[in-house]
Amino acid sequence: MIVDSAPAFDVRDYLRLEMMPHFLCPGCGHGIALRALLWAIHELGIDKDKLAVVSGIGCAGRLSAYIDANTFHVTHGRPLAYATGLALARPDLHVVVITGDGDCLAIGGNHLIHACRRNLKLTCLMLNNEVYGMTGGQVSPTTSESRLTTTTPLGNSEPNFDACALAAAAGASFVGREVTHHVPKLKELIRAGLEHPGFAFVEVLSDCTEIFGRKNELGSSAEMVLRQKSELRPSAYRDTVDTPFRSNDLPTGILTKTERPEYGMAYRKAAAAQRANTAARASAGVNERKA
Amino acid sequence: MNAADKALSPKAAVHLISGNHACALGAIAAGCRFFAGYPITPSSEVAERLSRMLPEVGGVFVQMEDEIASIAAVIGASMGGVKALTATSGPGFSLKQENIGYAAGAEIPCVIVNVMRGGPSTGMPTRPAQGDIMQARWGSHGDYPIIALAPASVREIYDETIRAFDLAETYRTPVVLLYDQVIAQLTETVDLGDTEGLMRAERKWASGPREAYQPYASGDDGIPAMSRPGAGYRVHTTGLNHAENGFPTQNPEAVARNLGRLLAKFDRHHDTIDSWQTLSCDDAEVLIVAIGISARAAARALDIARARGVRAGLFRPITLWPFPEKALREAAAKARAVLVPEMNAGQLSLEVERILGGKRVDAIHRYNGDPITPAEIAQRAEALAKEKK
Ligand SMILES: Cc1ncc(C[n+]2csc(CCOP(=O)(O)OP(=O)(O)O)c2C)c(N)n1
Repeated sequence: MIVDSAPAFDVRDYLRLEMMPHFLCPGCGHGIALRALLWAIHELGIDKDKLAVVSGIGCAGRLSAYIDANTFHVTHGRPLAYATGLALARPDLHVVVITGDGDCLAIGGNHLIHACRRNLKLTCLMLNNEVYGMTGGQVSPTTSESRLTTTTPLGNSEPNFDACALAAAAGASFVGREVTHHVPKLKELIRAGLEHPGFAFVEVLSDCTEIFGRKNELGSSAEMVLRQKSELRPSAYRDTVDTPFRSNDLPTGILTKTERPEYGMAYRKAAAAQRANTAARASAGVNERKA
Repeated sequence: MNAADKALSPKAAVHLISGNHACALGAIAAGCRFFAGYPITPSSEVAERLSRMLPEVGGVFVQMEDEIASIAAVIGASMGGVKALTATSGPGFSLKQENIGYAAGAEIPCVIVNVMRGGPSTGMPTRPAQGDIMQARWGSHGDYPIIALAPASVREIYDETIRAFDLAETYRTPVVLLYDQVIAQLTETVDLGDTEGLMRAERKWASGPREAYQPYASGDDGIPAMSRPGAGYRVHTTGLNHAENGFPTQNPEAVARNLGRLLAKFDRHHDTIDSWQTLSCDDAEVLIVAIGISARAAARALDIARARGVRAGLFRPITLWPFPEKALREAAAKARAVLVPEMNAGQLSLEVERILGGKRVDAIHRYNGDPITPAEIAQRAEALAKEKK
């Protein structure tokens, strides 16, 4: 839903134009995801000064540098852990994480499952291009079976994660997936994730045309995106997860949305109660002595 | 805070507490308001104490999923402008190294406590060692500056914890607080009433218009002003080599300029960073150089040696990195020989040999988990004194 009263969205208002031209390859889906994120931020009226974007290492991780906000390009796999510290220390900030499939599910997999479990208010945008783009096209935890990469010359024989199923199984209170083909739908999903009062995991099916597409003869970027679209089926709420592996059946939209106590708020509430308790005991102690 | 903790709050002057407890109290006194950690012997008491103390002062404690996440969360909190601490021991210290390098390179203040236990690998979790002296300096990849402090008593842990935060904030750097298992779990009577003279430094924050602000501009003192998220500067922070504007660069001149400033960052601040103790050095023929529990044994050894007619002195670096080189040279000027007792296979002795090039340097290297005794040190000092010139 587009809010009519909102001023028209001009992506340039949210970009560091001095950083252009950007470094993404022609046909890369990451830029589309970035635009959708900035559009959602615009619609929600999030103050750029209060926006913190934490990103890992990879092509996806490089996106933070283009955003006119407080941006932190951290170490490979760790953006969720950095963001956890930042969001706990500064609950006034709106913290968004941008990560890749390797960054988030391989080296950062431990942080992902614990972020899902903890339910701190963070929006995690995982750009899944099925490959390690930045390092030149090695296999990733989401590479489909039999695909060729620079480290699976025989075809990938490992099963690949369904990242959304994994996040839901780890307890994420908001999980959703969208493809870059539907930019307004993608924007709506990211917007719902940004609004969610807890940990929101959003997977964007991106595409790596130059490396992954070329190696597997998947055609142009448009052809790759259309193929992705044909593999999807419309949104379906799933509250049970049978397998963390990707099947042919790949639902999109909001897949899980539950209400659970937000970690930061719960912690601050417990801390306030402890302080009140201490103060009460201290004043009782003073009275006892007086008596 | 439970009754016991309250009785031990810094306002009451005399306490019977452990080194790890003193560290937690020092952190609170220094203004630390964020702790993230992962349990490991013999450092866990720092976390346990702070899990109760931080919520009392409006701070945050979080136990993360591992040590990598802990240091990452600490750096994240500090990027948000909050003084932050993590505590660990050998295996966890190894895991933190990549991100300690990030904090050094991106110049994010933070304090890392490393309680040294036996190593390598899982080593001896409940026995002391001093095997992380070199890791504290060189543990992460690439070239970077770092500060490490080596307290030798419970009271000194309190003071040095406060100083660690002050140095971290003042110089925008990670600071390692390095002490061994004995000092960590030793219980001593300390007077925490007298904290005069301890600084309480605040970070140099950016001011002025956004257009004029360069997040990594050198400034007068080589230390760039940091911007607080939310203050309107909207800067980029990265572990990639960056120019003054904070954005990645591979331009050789820009890298040389900015990395050069980083590497020389402490050079003109030795007056405030360096710290050491000397005992009976004026007439010493044998100078003992030691830290932590080995330095305490050495202090006792001085009396034993002097009673036997051997003029022994002690030089104890409190700031371990950057090593107080000038002070060591001065203390060793008249000594014929130097003795380095340390609980590892040879780390501090390497640095002492480097600084005192040419002087006779002997060492006691102990790595079986038993502290070095005063008698052993005195005996070796006596043997050194009797060596033919
Ligand atoms: C500790 C560490 N290991 C490995 C690397 C090398 N590395 C950089 S990016 C990357 C993979 C990125 O892949 P992904 O997260 O899928 O993002 P993409 O580039 O495809 O967007 C790797 C392995 C690194 N920088 N740090």
